Amino acid sequence: MSTPEPSNTAAPAAPASSSESSSELRVIEDATCTFCGCVCDDMVLTVEGNRITKAKNACVLGKAWFFNHHIEDRPEALIDGEPAGYDAAMDRAAEILLSAKFPLTYGLSDTTSEAQRVAVAITDWIGGIIDTTTSVCHGPSGIAFQGVGEVTCSLGEVKNRADYVIFWGGNPAESHPRHFTKYSLMPKGEFVPRGRKDRTAVLIDVRKTKSAKAVDHFLQVKPRRDFELAWALRALARGLELDESIEETTGIKLEKLHEIMDGMKRAKFGVILFGMGVTMTRGKHLNSEAILALARDMNQHTRWNAKPMRGHGNVTGADNVVTWSTGFPFGVHLGSGFPRFNPGEFTASDVLARGEADAALIIASDPMSNFSQPARDHLASIPSVVLDPKLSDTARTAAVAFTVSTYGINTGGTVYRMDDIPIPLRPAFESPFKSDLEILRGIESRIRQIQLADVSLDKSDETSADVA
Amino acid sequence: MPESFILIPGRTSRQGTTLSEGKSTAGYIEEISTLQMAAEDMQRLELEDGDLVRVYNDVGEITVPCKAARGDELPPGLLFISYGDQSSRLMGGDTHGSGMPDSKGLDVFLEPATAPATAPTAAPTAAPTAAPTAPTSSESPE
Amino acid sequence: MSSLRITGGTIYDPANGVDGELGDIWIVDGCVVESPSEEGVKADRTLDATGLVVMPGGVDMHCHIAGPKVNTARKMIPEDKRTADPVVRTRLTRSGTVGSVPSTFATGYLYAGMGYTTAMDAAVPPLGARHAHEELEDTPIIDKGFYVLMGNNHYVMKQLAADEPGLLKAYIAWLLHSTKGFAAKLVNPGGVEIWKSGGGNARGIDDTVEHFGVTPRQIIRGVAAAVDELGLPHPVHIHCNNLGMPGNHATTMETMTSLEGHRAHITHIQFHSYDGDPDDQSTFGSRVSELAEYVNTHDNLTVDVGQVMFGRTTSMTGDGPLGYFLHQVTGRKWFSGDIEMEAGCGIVPIVYKQKSLVHSLQWAIGLEWYLLVDDPWRIAMSTDHPNGGSFLAYPEIISLLMDRELRREVLAGAPRAVADRCTLKELDREYSLYEIAIITRAGPARMLGLSHKGHLGPGADGDVTMYSPDDDIQRMFELPRYVVSRGEVVVDDAQIVQDTRGRTLHVAPDFDLDAVDDIQAWFESTYSIQFRNYPVGDHYLLDPLVVPTS
Repeated sequence: MSTPEPSNTAAPAAPASSSESSSELRVIEDATCTFCGCVCDDMVLTVEGNRITKAKNACVLGKAWFFNHHIEDRPEALIDGEPAGYDAAMDRAAEILLSAKFPLTYGLSDTTSEAQRVAVAITDWIGGIIDTTTSVCHGPSGIAFQGVGEVTCSLGEVKNRADYVIFWGGNPAESHPRHFTKYSLMPKGEFVPRGRKDRTAVLIDVRKTKSAKAVDHFLQVKPRRDFELAWALRALARGLELDESIEETTGIKLEKLHEIMDGMKRAKFGVILFGMGVTMTRGKHLNSEAILALARDMNQHTRWNAKPMRGHGNVTGADNVVTWSTGFPFGVHLGSGFPRFNPGEFTASDVLARGEADAALIIASDPMSNFSQPARDHLASIPSVVLDPKLSDTARTAAVAFTVSTYGINTGGTVYRMDDIPIPLRPAFESPFKSDLEILRGIESRIRQIQLADVSLDKSDETSADVA
Repeated sequence: MPESFILIPGRTSRQGTTLSEGKSTAGYIEEISTLQMAAEDMQRLELEDGDLVRVYNDVGEITVPCKAARGDELPPGLLFISYGDQSSRLMGGDTHGSGMPDSKGLDVFLEPATAPATAPTAAPTAAPTAAPTAPTSSESPE
Repeated sequence: MSSLRITGGTIYDPANGVDGELGDIWIVDGCVVESPSEEGVKADRTLDATGLVVMPGGVDMHCHIAGPKVNTARKMIPEDKRTADPVVRTRLTRSGTVGSVPSTFATGYLYAGMGYTTAMDAAVPPLGARHAHEELEDTPIIDKGFYVLMGNNHYVMKQLAADEPGLLKAYIAWLLHSTKGFAAKLVNPGGVEIWKSGGGNARGIDDTVEHFGVTPRQIIRGVAAAVDELGLPHPVHIHCNNLGMPGNHATTMETMTSLEGHRAHITHIQFHSYDGDPDDQSTFGSRVSELAEYVNTHDNLTVDVGQVMFGRTTSMTGDGPLGYFLHQVTGRKWFSGDIEMEAGCGIVPIVYKQKSLVHSLQWAIGLEWYLLVDDPWRIAMSTDHPNGGSFLAYPEIISLLMDRELRREVLAGAPRAVADRCTLKELDREYSLYEIAIITRAGPARMLGLSHKGHLGPGADGDVTMYSPDDDIQRMFELPRYVVSRGEVVVDDAQIVQDTRGRTLHVAPDFDLDAVDDIQAWFESTYSIQFRNYPVGDHYLLDPLVVPTS
């Protein structure tokens, strides 16, 4: 019987040149920035030796991303804080994960889909829980989507068709700086030839942020009243009457709501782009659900869409990979030998805060710096295996920490933009450090070797019907 | 006399750029530790930019410097801070079955501080005994 | 060199005229070879197939198993999986979930477990090609590929409007090349664009798609002609306009006649064979007889059925406005996804009920198709998985085709009016095993132009399924005794014994390089990604097979 190969993925494209020591100048065109969910793939990177010195077309976040992921002079791995080689570290990692009863694999939003697939494979073989940063980002929108569905479109459709754009619970000017110019407000499109002039833009938020300057209407909603506001708009979309008290509830005058709804009904192709202001606040998935339902309802009148604004470069990829592998998008428990899904039960924040996980595999994420205190306290108390290009707080508390190369800068692979469009990476310079994919494959093959060797009888691969 | 406010942790451009520079850089630490307040609220509480304030709820507490928000960006009664270690200390572990902790729109109390500012990172009690051998990347961008 | 001998089985290999004859099959290095003439030659391994029915591995030429639309459906309907038996992880195999849209590993194992060794996904938008390939690489054992959506493609419509068949042909070739796809697919040609630009739909093949100034008829004819000129192994694959609407038989007939003799495959034709008035559901009926008669007399056409089976399933389609229609009719949750320049998508969970007149008629109409098309080589079995039902229902369909009493029993449980509105009750025909072998493997392989699939002659891929004969035909086909994929035994007594990787089949037609400049200029002014980042790199396909054009 042949041993199944440890992984289904081939190595994606390597960077163009391999001379680290030469300071030759190279230009990489059509490179992809993975800092935020915009996943802009029109970067023109100037690379000198092993540094990116220019990042044309990158926004301020992208430039910071490209200019700050140098090759660091650090050990390739740490075991209990002590420098170690990759092989020893992968051995120890496999040991930790195999001996755990309730291991948690978490993170994955800042790595390639090729690596994500191996992370899911590992979790399947060891019977752990797999959750991604989705659960603390647009997980609630995913839950809402399972309730009411979603009417959506790719960003190119927004660029080419959208004449009414609503930003809700987000501040794209600071979180997705090129969104307005590349996709949602400025571009001239097939059906919106005058660009911004052909569009009406609305911002709904509790704060009057920089994004408010970019839009035509700013609705300052009262904190924690997005649910009520979305339902008020749903009521108006249905032709129901509302009374003036809606202003007291939501902070928005009834007259203003009517004005917005009239505009929405007259649009040819509208889109609501919503962010964490909706998912992270009171109501969570109920807020997302109300917005998804509003966009859906508007299709009675004209074409409308809703899109969650995804934060990290490949969190959408994480959703996709976990879904196609298991059937569920996040918060998946594999411990019973098959996938089970239950947000709140199998999501990382809960499994850590309640002290349930007894080991963790954290990839491309830093929960030690952004999870709740009870979750962080527990994470620090269990053995964790961490993959990160930087020595993050999470890597500092790891039992085994791997220094890995940075996706999109050192290693190639595939990422999924916020609208599910898969885009290839064009790395700029090589790194002496292994990639997430290589480390995960190494851990997987060690786990599989141990698991497959654990058979007392040497089984023949002939069946009962085989004839000599 | 502590007053009640609603805290909105969120992303900022500076939080995003300093994140890449490194989470132990002065820039990042400053960004995630600075609490924005409406000018009107600061006036009433007799606070000036840089004064320390204690912000707490039933989950935890932080002591951080405050700063007036730009113009009319923040309505009175609201506080803003960049996501990070400090804001996470006020986030409870209960996700109400959603997987998502209460991360925005948190009810908090605020008062001028008497104690010093909270340490920049929540140093976990089970830290490894050996320190890493090289500093983290903290170069500034070109 | 590794060799496998399958000995003593009763072979059904219609492509080579073998109808239930005893014989041996020899497979060397994954390919069927001539049986050795010398005595005493031994294979590395021999399977005793005495008493077993031996067929080529099954070929599913229309299903939805990979890509953005399929994955969205998986995400959207978790409840679908909670009541289904999961696929439990074993020592060698990954876990998964089932329901109407199985996860990728489960999909591969379930197809193999049922004796299918090839499956083609019917509809992938070019922008999602990379995603489909990633999923197919995580779909074990079976050989696979996908058809590329083109019927609402802006460049296609522009070239048709500008009367530039050369550019159209170059684009189609370039697109298949870039996506590593297998065939050209039209879904509600023109209609999805109408939906995207204002919420309506095409109601007839001569409706005009505003902004482009073309009609569905032009799209159908133009693409069919280009595909024939390119010599692609599979003809243009058409999901006609007006799917599901009472009275749509007329649109289907018009579509077929519009081809003017070009090759075409009309897919899930059951959904396009209805009598009646679109504004009055109660007039719903069957017009299979005349459509089948047309198919019988026009050999440029092949069809697959798109059988409806009772139970819960998921409708998922590139037909955006159809999704909206189903949402309005059923009130169920609804996904719609418009993809720039290329395509749309609609997903709605659906339940087909035996007590519903319309659903029972749909079920009956599907069976009418199988029974009224004379030449089994030109009709393939499908449920348009999962739209009509799961691929796991194929064994049940086989039993209905082989046993007219069984069909009459089911018909008896349906509303009385069903029998009046279609001819099913009168149809006595029963399929033989030979004919089943045609519609589930030999025929689809031939339709796909895959000369190495669907048969057991020398040169064929060593894909073989062995069934234990059983009076319960459904059970017989549900649980093959052995399944061999490229000479490797992958299923033995309902267990997956080897987790292999199948091959991805695609075409790589030549195209006029000069045309690429025009394509690029258009692309760069309309899309939201870079031109160079659009084509799918070679490394996405670990074991590809390029199927040549003729």
